[in-house]
Amino acid sequence: MEQKLVALSGNEAVAYAFRQARPHVAAAFPITPQTEMMHKYAEFVANGESTTEMILVESEHSAMSAAVGAAAAGARTFTATSSAGFALMWEVVYIAASLRLPICMALVNRALSGNINIHCDHSDSMGGRDAGWIHLFSENAQESYDNGVMAWRIAEHMDVRLPVMVNYDGFIISHTADALYLLPDDAAWKFIGKYNPAYTLLNPEKPITVGPLDLTDYYFEHKTSQLAAYEKAPAIIQQVSDEFAELTGRRYGFAEEYRLDDADLVIVLLGSSAGTCKDVIDQYREKGVKVGLKKLRTFRPFPHAYLARILAGRKAVCVLDRSASFGGQGGPLFIETRSAMYGLQVPIHSYIYGLGGRDFDLKQAATVVESLQKAAAGGEVKDINLLGVRL
Amino acid sequence: MSMINTKDLHEGGIIREAGNAAAYKTGDWRTFVPKFVAENCIHCMFCWIYCPDTAIEIDASGPKPLMKGIIMDHCKGCGICAQECPPAKKGKSALVMVREEK
Repeated sequence: MEQKLVALSGNEAVAYAFRQARPHVAAAFPITPQTEMMHKYAEFVANGESTTEMILVESEHSAMSAAVGAAAAGARTFTATSSAGFALMWEVVYIAASLRLPICMALVNRALSGNINIHCDHSDSMGGRDAGWIHLFSENAQESYDNGVMAWRIAEHMDVRLPVMVNYDGFIISHTADALYLLPDDAAWKFIGKYNPAYTLLNPEKPITVGPLDLTDYYFEHKTSQLAAYEKAPAIIQQVSDEFAELTGRRYGFAEEYRLDDADLVIVLLGSSAGTCKDVIDQYREKGVKVGLKKLRTFRPFPHAYLARILAGRKAVCVLDRSASFGGQGGPLFIETRSAMYGLQVPIHSYIYGLGGRDFDLKQAATVVESLQKAAAGGEVKDINLLGVRL
Repeated sequence: MSMINTKDLHEGGIIREAGNAAAYKTGDWRTFVPKFVAENCIHCMFCWIYCPDTAIEIDASGPKPLMKGIIMDHCKGCGICAQECPPAKKGKSALVMVREEK
């Protein structure tokens, strides 16, 4: 497949990917750093490059509500937001998943207030981790674009039928021009394909009821039915990734591995910090330190069995969390990873880093590798640590 | 009404069978109940129009619909029918609310 090499920001790249799915409806409200993504999309529509009906709404709660209505009517639908915008969507975010509507959302990761901060961390996405969406994370503009193409196939698969959010780091990815390969429109369309809704509100021949009152007699059964979808999703994510690899040569899955095969020491993280870690891993590899990276791409469903298999037999694991779980036992990624590793007898610790867009630099990544060396040698390392903050 | 198990439910909690409220019996919520006094009824159909549920039984087979009575499986005792029922027969209404004896 011949692909065009271009320079785009992450926001432009995801707008480009969503356009290629030919969505019927988009409903969004502007918020930094997502705004540019919808600017780009509005430009596609204004230029006649997209026929998407854009619904201008007065808030993110309305954006998600409009998206749910459009999707229940049978339209391929997307929205996009960040931080407080996602928080305002909250109630309806759950409804989208409960109704099994395959809406796609670009979530340009930004810290939650307060105090007000427009820069990257993952607290917005993590706050919604139990809402029932599939969470895909991206390292750079290329992966954001690729996730933006694959998201539709995963969401709309008949065994899944769940909304998917494509997470990419605010400013670090969203506003940085990056080199990436784009699929030609016809190839992307052939890969994504036409959307066949499972049900539609707009068929008078087959009237249905969506979102009725659901009390003590059926709510639990409906949630049980929803839970089953997350059991099926991992196989579909893998299948879509494999097909995407055949088309583009870019292979994804639940995670990317970097110099992991013989690694004794493993770093686990999400998002753009993977690039910095890869550089530092190279430096330590030259010194003979067997360190590798496990960059997770799917946080929901969390690939616990897969991760346990990969991390078994290592000498030490360190999880990097770009969000805090206040009052929790470490950040969300650490909580999940340690739970996945229950019974493995591999030492594991964690760092919370990069809150509110604090730079994650080479020195911080080196601190992580050295903490892994200490843990592997039997040294005492606290299980929850902070990185790059003035104490 | 028999209970459906998880495996037989439609995904998303969607109800795909239209009009199935008729099978859902809700008549055990009420305290008061409308008593139908047939000789006072002028078959104006106000009760049928105003009933927020499907509790008014009518005979629609003739040229004009006839009020038949209350379907107790669906009546919640809200009293709207009795409120709207016109006192057309010498000041007397065909529907009066009385405390239900359980």
